[in-house]
Amino acid sequence: MSENMGGPGESFEDRLRAARKRQGMDAPAATDETTSSAKESSALGLGLRVGVELVSALAVAVAIGWGLDRWLHTLPLFLVIFMVLGGAAGLLNVWRQVGPAPRR
Amino acid sequence: MQGGGEPTINALGQFRLEPVGYLGSAVNFTQSNLLMVIAAALVLLLLYYGSRPRAVVPGRLQALAELAYEFPRQMAVDQIGPEGKRFFPFVFTLFFFVLMGNLLGLFPFSFTYTSHIAVTAALAVLVIVIVTIVALAEHGWTFFTYFFPSGAPVFLAPLIVPIEIISYLSRPVSLSIRLFANMVAGHVMFAVFAAFVVMMGRWHGVGMVAALGPLAVNVVLMGFELLVAALQAYVFAILTCIYLHDAVHLH
Repeated sequence: MSENMGGPGESFEDRLRAARKRQGMDAPAATDETTSSAKESSALGLGLRVGVELVSALAVAVAIGWGLDRWLHTLPLFLVIFMVLGGAAGLLNVWRQVGPAPRR
Repeated sequence: MQGGGEPTINALGQFRLEPVGYLGSAVNFTQSNLLMVIAAALVLLLLYYGSRPRAVVPGRLQALAELAYEFPRQMAVDQIGPEGKRFFPFVFTLFFFVLMGNLLGLFPFSFTYTSHIAVTAALAVLVIVIVTIVALAEHGWTFFTYFFPSGAPVFLAPLIVPIEIISYLSRPVSLSIRLFANMVAGHVMFAVFAAFVVMMGRWHGVGMVAALGPLAVNVVLMGFELLVAALQAYVFAILTCIYLHDAVHLH
């Protein structure tokens, strides 16, 4: 404990960091694995989250497609295109949440 | 439920907005707004009285206040990086506004303002607008490369760009629906099982014993809802942090 007391070349911050390390006070940085598993409280929660992601992406896509159709008077065209895109976007959302290794 | 006659299940009546008092009805100040003011006041009082002693060894209230300060701060720094300190006030405010709304709503005769999609959608839109402004301020026009990941084949751009844009725009939708749906579901279950207590209590002979069943369910539900209240506030805040991380770092 006493080897670092008042060492000439070291700043207070360095000594504090060394002391904290010795005492194990600096918790290791949480990995992505632990943070993502902490969010998944249960299978029900996971299912609910996945469902919300899928539905919300589809809802946004349908709204965009229907809006474009209304604007351009091409009713089924963009609605159909954006429904497919919305499904894909929903899957993308789900993949980003539950897939491996978030993009960090 | 309503006094007199056969009790019915009125699960959604609890979400009706009622103006508070004479002044409230004049300016449409409802119990929802009242609870928001109470929530804000509680957080302010906690921080004021918690930080007043300034003891080296904190008492209970000071420890709570320090925890309330440290937890969102750590969350912002962990998720966003060292730049996260800039967004700490925003994350703190969001977290405690949602948390207080969820928790205060569990008191009898109270109201859960987070059970209205108007409130959660407003919060989510606020989040997404701020995230977009931060991203534009940090990166300027290069922000729009966010919608086309580098390395993807260029001929897939007509497919990838709309999908990414939809994915981006669906964030506030899923953010608001998640919180609102969780709160509504919990409170509807409370109301349904509470109605069962009243209905089964009217059975002759076995009523009082049978009513213990749904009553026990409601007790368990209360514990579960405490968990959901804290967890949903946490999820709302941490997703905000993740979106801010994306805005600051672009991928």
